[in-house]
Amino acid sequence: MLGLNKKDTLLFWIVAALALLAPFILNPFPEGSSLAQMFNAGYPDLMQRFVIFGILVIGFNILFGLTGYLSFGHAAFLGIGSYSAVWMFKLVGMNVIPAILLAMIVSGVFALLIGYISLRRSGIYFSILTLAIAQMCYNLAYSVLGNPSSNFNLTNGETGLQLSLDDARILGESVTAEGALPVTNFFGLAMRSSYQMDVGGWLFTFNAGYYLSAIIMLVSFYVSIRIFRSPFGLMLRAVKSNQQRMNYTGLNTRPYILAAFVISGIYAGLAGGLLSSMDPLAGAERMHWTASGEIVIMAILGGVGTLIGPVLGAGFNEYFKNILSKINDNVLHDWLGFLPDGFENLLVGFLHYFVGKGWHLTLGIMFMLVIIFLPGGLVQGGQRIARLFRRKKNSDETQQTPAE
Amino acid sequence: MDAIILQILNGLDKGSAYALIALGLTLIFGTLGVVNFAHGALFMIGAFCAVTLNKLLSLSYMVEDPTRTDFLGKPLQVATPYVHGWFGEATGEALIDWSVPLAILFSIPVMIAVGFIMERGLIKHFYKRPHADQILVTFGLAIVLQELIKSFYGANPIPTPAPEVFRGSFDFGVMLGFDPNAIIYPYWRMVYFAFSALIIGAVFAFLRFTTFGMVVRAGMADRETVGLLGINIDKRFTIMFGLAAAVAGVAGVMYAPINSPNYHMGMDFLVLSFVVVVVGGMGSLPGAVLAGFMLGILEAFASMNQVKAIIPGIDQIIIYLIAIIIILTRPRGLMGKKGVMEE
Repeated sequence: MLGLNKKDTLLFWIVAALALLAPFILNPFPEGSSLAQMFNAGYPDLMQRFVIFGILVIGFNILFGLTGYLSFGHAAFLGIGSYSAVWMFKLVGMNVIPAILLAMIVSGVFALLIGYISLRRSGIYFSILTLAIAQMCYNLAYSVLGNPSSNFNLTNGETGLQLSLDDARILGESVTAEGALPVTNFFGLAMRSSYQMDVGGWLFTFNAGYYLSAIIMLVSFYVSIRIFRSPFGLMLRAVKSNQQRMNYTGLNTRPYILAAFVISGIYAGLAGGLLSSMDPLAGAERMHWTASGEIVIMAILGGVGTLIGPVLGAGFNEYFKNILSKINDNVLHDWLGFLPDGFENLLVGFLHYFVGKGWHLTLGIMFMLVIIFLPGGLVQGGQRIARLFRRKKNSDETQQTPAE
Repeated sequence: MDAIILQILNGLDKGSAYALIALGLTLIFGTLGVVNFAHGALFMIGAFCAVTLNKLLSLSYMVEDPTRTDFLGKPLQVATPYVHGWFGEATGEALIDWSVPLAILFSIPVMIAVGFIMERGLIKHFYKRPHADQILVTFGLAIVLQELIKSFYGANPIPTPAPEVFRGSFDFGVMLGFDPNAIIYPYWRMVYFAFSALIIGAVFAFLRFTTFGMVVRAGMADRETVGLLGINIDKRFTIMFGLAAAVAGVAGVMYAPINSPNYHMGMDFLVLSFVVVVVGGMGSLPGAVLAGFMLGILEAFASMNQVKAIIPGIDQIIIYLIAIIIILTRPRGLMGKKGVMEE
């Protein structure tokens, strides 16, 4: 279908089904139960983050997964996209489509510029250069271009760029009839509007913003499959496996890598634009280099260089972040109540460091374990388990090692 | 003129910190070929060694002071540090006062141990893996170390004072013939600069004038040949890793009074130190030191009000701008050698 082979079509439909049925899948427990409070993730805000970070990591994977160039400054494009989108809301109107388009264009231009500079070096240098440039963008957004008292206040510094009642909004209204800020919409359909369905004890929320993001994510996913299967994608893989040999054959690889860099920058800008469309507020912390690190973590967790990996990684990271930060000492006591008291307190005291505010620690440890033992991420883990089962069925199957 | 001298002095202390961290990074990179994203975390652990020693020495117990009473008329409870009881009041007080310099002695074994465990336990297994994996695993380790410190010491900066004698400021202006108060420079920053110059000198002397250093330099130039000569180069490189960790650690200890340690100070310094290493030239020790001081001083100049009036906000981005210009004009950095990390 649509130029995909059978396997990719299946994969695409699986992701499509997961994305479109997410309100059901993520709400497995009846509303109001204690399990629902902890494990249900089917509320619009979180679901939007799932798919938007999915887009971001799919884009990052086109660069890192295919070419092996590890960019440590990808969050810069996310921030640039967010700022551009909010400016579109401020100046033109509250429709999300022009805002997203502007976000993609502006981040694409920045990616071209930054990529041109940082692709002069490869390997470690490239990582450090992207890190330095992204950190410069962060400093620019945080203080230099965001001084509220100067005439040239592009980012509004620490507070973050937000809508106000005296914005121009040429194609829309500055203030609604009720005197409030207008909301972001898709040709009239407000992003925050939701339809709620009550089935038995379950409450399912279908949010307009989520479905817009999910459809855009599916389109991005489709484009990324096409890129992976195209001659261009093959060229990028060749760069990853042996760039020197490519150069010796007389091929200039830099334009190809630059193209990949710009594409992944545009993906990140798109994600930033969508984040702003869901909540029209852009802050510099989105560009901080720890945010870039988190993108890398998501990509690695899922599985770099695979199609489904980025989507899994983004979802996994966001979901666990959400759950871990919700668990506190009381919940732990609740769960471990069956243990003897002294042991229970000891265990809770120990686990205390890993949940709630300490969720960063857990994710860091998980990330390290994945890098050490499972460099291919969740996808590799899944493959290993699958191979284990297959080997039981037919033991004479020889293991294939990819040619280097 | 006085303003220029003042800015040079101001740049020196930050430059010293950059130079020390960049020196350690370059040592690790030159010997083991690993880009250590956890090096900033080592700097931070050093600073927290100072905090820990200060807290340990100030551990106190309550003593009733019969000569004074609290507002209820009972004898007043006075907190007395244990060291007062053990060594007498004057010595005990001096110990607490000098906790930061003492922490250097305390931190060196700690840092060498941390470095050993890091190299033997983790980084060793990554030599054969791609550079991206090395970056990622040390990055993960940096996150874990940082979060561990955060969960034990909290998220707020912990003030750690320098010894009483060094707390004032020195008036350079009078000495150089300017008006009084024109160039005021805190004593501790002078100490920090002198200390880092000493450490840098010691590291260079160690590499240049000892047999061990000679072997390490030979190993940096050609690891395989040195190995073929029957020298256990891996062991020496591990020791160099411990040494680099100790350099970062003592840099952190001494920096604690300048900037109250918090859990993300390492990460903040790390990004800049990478830039320093790239500007100086990957794998070049003198380059790292030179670039560290140069960027520190330039940053101080850029934060002068006269400069900021012309280009607002330049102090926030100057280091990155210079790095970009250097990379575009001299891709190997200021003192990078041909063939080192060319890829």
